[in-house]
Amino acid sequence: MCGIVGLFLKDKSLEPQLGALLTDMLITMTDRGPDSAGIAIYGDPSPTTSKVTVQSENPDRDFADLAEKVQPLVGGPVSLSRRDTHAVLHVPHGTAEALRRQLKDVASDVRVMSFGDSLEIYKEVGLPRDVAARFDIASMTGTHGIGHTRMATESAVTTLGAHPFNTGSDQCLVHNGSLSNHNSLRRKLRREGIHIETLNDTEVAAAYLTWKMQTGATLGEALEKSLEDLDGFFNFVVGTRDGFGVVRDPIACKPAVMAETDQYVAFGSEYRALVNLPGIEQARVWEPEPATVYFWTHGDTATPTGKAA
Amino acid sequence: MQTYDLAADGLRGLNATLQAQSDETNQTEWTIVNPRGSHAIAVGLDAPIEVKVMGSTGYYCAGMNKQATVHVHGSAGPGVAENMMSGTVVIDGDASQYAGATGHGGTLVIKGNASSRCGISMKGIDIVVHGNVGHMSAFMAQSGNLVVCGDAGDALGDSIYEARLFVRGSVKSLGADCIEKEMRPEHIELLRDLLARGGCDAKPEEFKRYGSARQLYNFKVDNAY
Repeated sequence: MCGIVGLFLKDKSLEPQLGALLTDMLITMTDRGPDSAGIAIYGDPSPTTSKVTVQSENPDRDFADLAEKVQPLVGGPVSLSRRDTHAVLHVPHGTAEALRRQLKDVASDVRVMSFGDSLEIYKEVGLPRDVAARFDIASMTGTHGIGHTRMATESAVTTLGAHPFNTGSDQCLVHNGSLSNHNSLRRKLRREGIHIETLNDTEVAAAYLTWKMQTGATLGEALEKSLEDLDGFFNFVVGTRDGFGVVRDPIACKPAVMAETDQYVAFGSEYRALVNLPGIEQARVWEPEPATVYFWTHGDTATPTGKAA
Repeated sequence: MQTYDLAADGLRGLNATLQAQSDETNQTEWTIVNPRGSHAIAVGLDAPIEVKVMGSTGYYCAGMNKQATVHVHGSAGPGVAENMMSGTVVIDGDASQYAGATGHGGTLVIKGNASSRCGISMKGIDIVVHGNVGHMSAFMAQSGNLVVCGDAGDALGDSIYEARLFVRGSVKSLGADCIEKEMRPEHIELLRDLLARGGCDAKPEEFKRYGSARQLYNFKVDNAY
């Protein structure tokens, strides 16, 4: 069991409340996942800088001179904004992906949580309420975000085993379920040169999507293919810089509820995660169909796109 | 009429209060406000009372119901009316997976759609769904009636025993050992009564009946040990 929440805003006036709304949803899902919690939040992209979110067990020591250490690697100015055990490195635009691979050479104890232009990921072991408080998620603004509360089954309760997982620039994935072919798929993906950090099943799903997209698939196509190649139970909620997607396995025994109004699209493992959203009484509420890809992007018409490419 | 505010007074208090009602209670009408998707609302009731739930519910609403009428003015989460023995449960909106699972008796009416595994292992319950049902509905159904006024998803009635399934719309696929069967006059009459009890104005003649081909392991005497 795990809990998933997601909120994709259509109405810009809600953006200052994104963190607060997601925090409330996340804490409601504590019973489904008290081991650890995490959140991916999209906001504030800059045309001149990209972001690398990093984590350290010893942030006082590791973050003190991290910006100076990183500067030569990216060849430009670097600023660091810290939140508890995490920090966002603002680096020259387009240098984030290379830095992700090089960072361990200059700061071996610092771990990369995410990279991209808009995405930041914060995740730690502990109750969702405590995790949300230490990062002050309630104060965050943004266009969309995805949260996860974890009850671990397939790998240890660690920071790196927590969700969301970063799957590529500005891409993230959370998972409720368990995959049964993740070991063989991990070996296959590593042979293809895909970097996989942990023994966690969800990271394999994330890496699978990255691999599919590196070989030319859109996110929608990659999600479609995941229905064929991943064996097990899954509800995935994925984020991209402009979009928000949902897919459930064909058996669909993991719960999912969605709600849509003129102001937002929301996902919850259970309806009670959604009850404090503004206007929920008037929202269209439905259960996403099994083996069907749903995807929303900013700027498009706000209708679910079953079997979207 | 009694009103219970779930947000203010809590779930344990609600179920203890409702379960304490006897056959002779004078408090026969209850309204529950602020359900907010809570789990296990109005479970284990055993008195001829009417309970209105003013909003949507989470897991296992009205489970193990006996005698009572529970009416959800909203949608219901997974496992609504699970293992019902008697009485009536009405859902105005949609029901999530395994609605009416293992039910022994009573009537479950879903005015919207039901998702996967509706009526799984049903053992005598009558279920009337005004909309569609999802995949694996009536899986291993043993007894009772499932009426679907819309369409049924994949693998309807997989490994079915002796339940009757009536579907007005399309069936995406039939499960193992489930076949279409002849609609005889007694089935039309039975269905007419079920539709009336479910508050549905569909005509019984528009439905097809499905049931067990009785070819699976348990039915073959040659398979006996």
